[in-house]
Amino acid sequence: MPTSTGLALEVRALRKTYGSVVAVDGLDLGVRTAECFGLLGPNGAGKTTTIEICEGLLPPDAGEVFVLGRGWRSDERELRERLGIQLQETQFSEKITVAETLRLFRSFYRAGPEVDEIVRLVQLEEKRDARVGTLSGGQKQRLSVACALAGDPELLFLDEPTTGLDPQSRRQLWDLVDRLRASGRTILLTTHYMDEAERLCDRVAIVDHGRVIALGTPRELIRSLGAEQVVELTLADGQAMTAGAFADTASVLTSRSHGPVWTLQVSAAHEAIPAVLRTVEKAGGTIVELRVHTPTLEDVFVSLTGRHLREQ
Amino acid sequence: MSAEVRERRSALVQLTLTRFREFLREPEAVFWTFIFPILLATGLGIAFRSRPPDVAKVGILASAPNVDGVRAALAADSTVAVRMLDDTAAAAALRIGSVALVVVPRDAGTVEYRYDDARAEARTARFIVDRALQRAWGRRDALGVRESLVRERGSRYIDFVLPGLLAMNLMGSSVWGIGFGIVDARRKKLLKRFVATPMRRPHYLLSFLLMRLTLMVIEVVVITSFGVLAFGVPMRGSVALFALGCVLGALCFGAIGLLIASRARTIEGASGLMNLVMLPMWVGSGVFFSAANFPPVVQPFIQALPLTAVVDSLRGIMIQGLGWRSVSGELAIAAAWFTTCFTLAVRFFRWR
Repeated sequence: MPTSTGLALEVRALRKTYGSVVAVDGLDLGVRTAECFGLLGPNGAGKTTTIEICEGLLPPDAGEVFVLGRGWRSDERELRERLGIQLQETQFSEKITVAETLRLFRSFYRAGPEVDEIVRLVQLEEKRDARVGTLSGGQKQRLSVACALAGDPELLFLDEPTTGLDPQSRRQLWDLVDRLRASGRTILLTTHYMDEAERLCDRVAIVDHGRVIALGTPRELIRSLGAEQVVELTLADGQAMTAGAFADTASVLTSRSHGPVWTLQVSAAHEAIPAVLRTVEKAGGTIVELRVHTPTLEDVFVSLTGRHLREQ
Repeated sequence: MSAEVRERRSALVQLTLTRFREFLREPEAVFWTFIFPILLATGLGIAFRSRPPDVAKVGILASAPNVDGVRAALAADSTVAVRMLDDTAAAAALRIGSVALVVVPRDAGTVEYRYDDARAEARTARFIVDRALQRAWGRRDALGVRESLVRERGSRYIDFVLPGLLAMNLMGSSVWGIGFGIVDARRKKLLKRFVATPMRRPHYLLSFLLMRLTLMVIEVVVITSFGVLAFGVPMRGSVALFALGCVLGALCFGAIGLLIASRARTIEGASGLMNLVMLPMWVGSGVFFSAANFPPVVQPFIQALPLTAVVDSLRGIMIQGLGWRSVSGELAIAAAWFTTCFTLAVRFFRWR
């Protein structure tokens, strides 16, 4: 029973505190059917608390959650059948094989695909009869997603699916998420990797201190910066420049410093770079490193919060 | 049967199969459950096997006068083994127990017995020696006696201890097996992962009890048939009643295991709790020696312990051949422990 709004998941004014720590602070979300929606934010931003409330595993202190148009209190059994949930840090029994684990999870659901079908989908055919203890980190993570698929879910929750994985395993997991998206499922995932959010998500909510501070497609969010490029320069040891040093430099839109590292959002790199070099020279500084990149969600986060995603 | 019922049943089957796989693929667990009690029973069986009647080990003080008459009288008695000892050797032999009694012949038709009256074998030796000497010096028994010896299976220590070991094993493997299994799953966030599925929560707990019941059958058959075949321990009562006692025992200890594991987050915490729960029963429940040795004031407490109930009922059925009426009290205590602990465990269980 879809809601009139066509949302697979709707969250209003969600709030959750642990003692004096406010984990989620009036958060609103709307995830459309069949889209891949990302919650992007640094560690401790409240992403996991939010997703676990949506999954019906944590009760909120205040606010409302509608999943597939239903509430947890009245329709838990029905919802459990229709959702696929992957949690951070689940360790499956090491002595049990991949196929046995999936058969167990499959047995909890009324309907769903055959075990071998899931094994194929997550590309664990070769490990089908291997014990979980022998799997690599990436394979374990794909098994974790596979278990979430056992009930052929309409809505899939993935909490930090690639945290701690090597680059190749991450790419394999991204391909898997792409395939799941292509099959028409709605996906809500959390991540603190901006490249992951850009690569996988139709829309992204940037979360900080338990609130959504920006929402849109990755392109919209990046375009909202107004910058075409980002220039990053590092001054030689012991050198510093005053706060507004680049305010009048041609083509520089905003500037921000973090010790000797300056991050400048610019409208045109070819105009900005010569001007920036002149400004530094005039101030008597030396540049030891200079980089130019097209803006990313990371830059969006930095411009909104003044902090980097990876900072604790 | 509707499709939904079939599915539900299959979830219980899959959960129970998983329990078995986890158990059987852990070689140490298999060892402790099946091999250990057999080793223990063998050791105890050998240590406390029935021996031919002991001879009384007696020393005679060599330096005393009139030694020869005493020596000849004792040598004629086949239930006495005599050694001649000097003064220091006699004292040393008494101290380490290599003789139970030292005879010191005195003048004028008297003997002195040196022994420790707190030791049973010393008191026995005193009577045997005294009887032999008195007869040799001319005493006549006033009463005619005819002895008929009865050596019955069931009165040996191994007969006493085997049902106790069986019950203790049921307790240990249930409490440890279930407790560690659940706390480990909680620590690995597997419990949380399970409640994120439509799995019915009692099924998860039931799967542990079902595994315990099946393992219980194997444990009981292995340990009991070992006792019967290797030591000739009797099975006097009804096998069906004995089986019922084992089922109730496994259920009640399984439920205790569930309750202990219902809140604990760490293996260390759970393991302390398990030892705390089991220690009074190892000591007090009459596994190795009769619980009747404890003073009357603690008897009500000891009789209410689940292990006491299970030990007493299994021992009564197996060795004394007690019937349903005689063990119904013990079985009721075990059943009450099961019901209470399982209800509390389901109620207080922490799934996260």
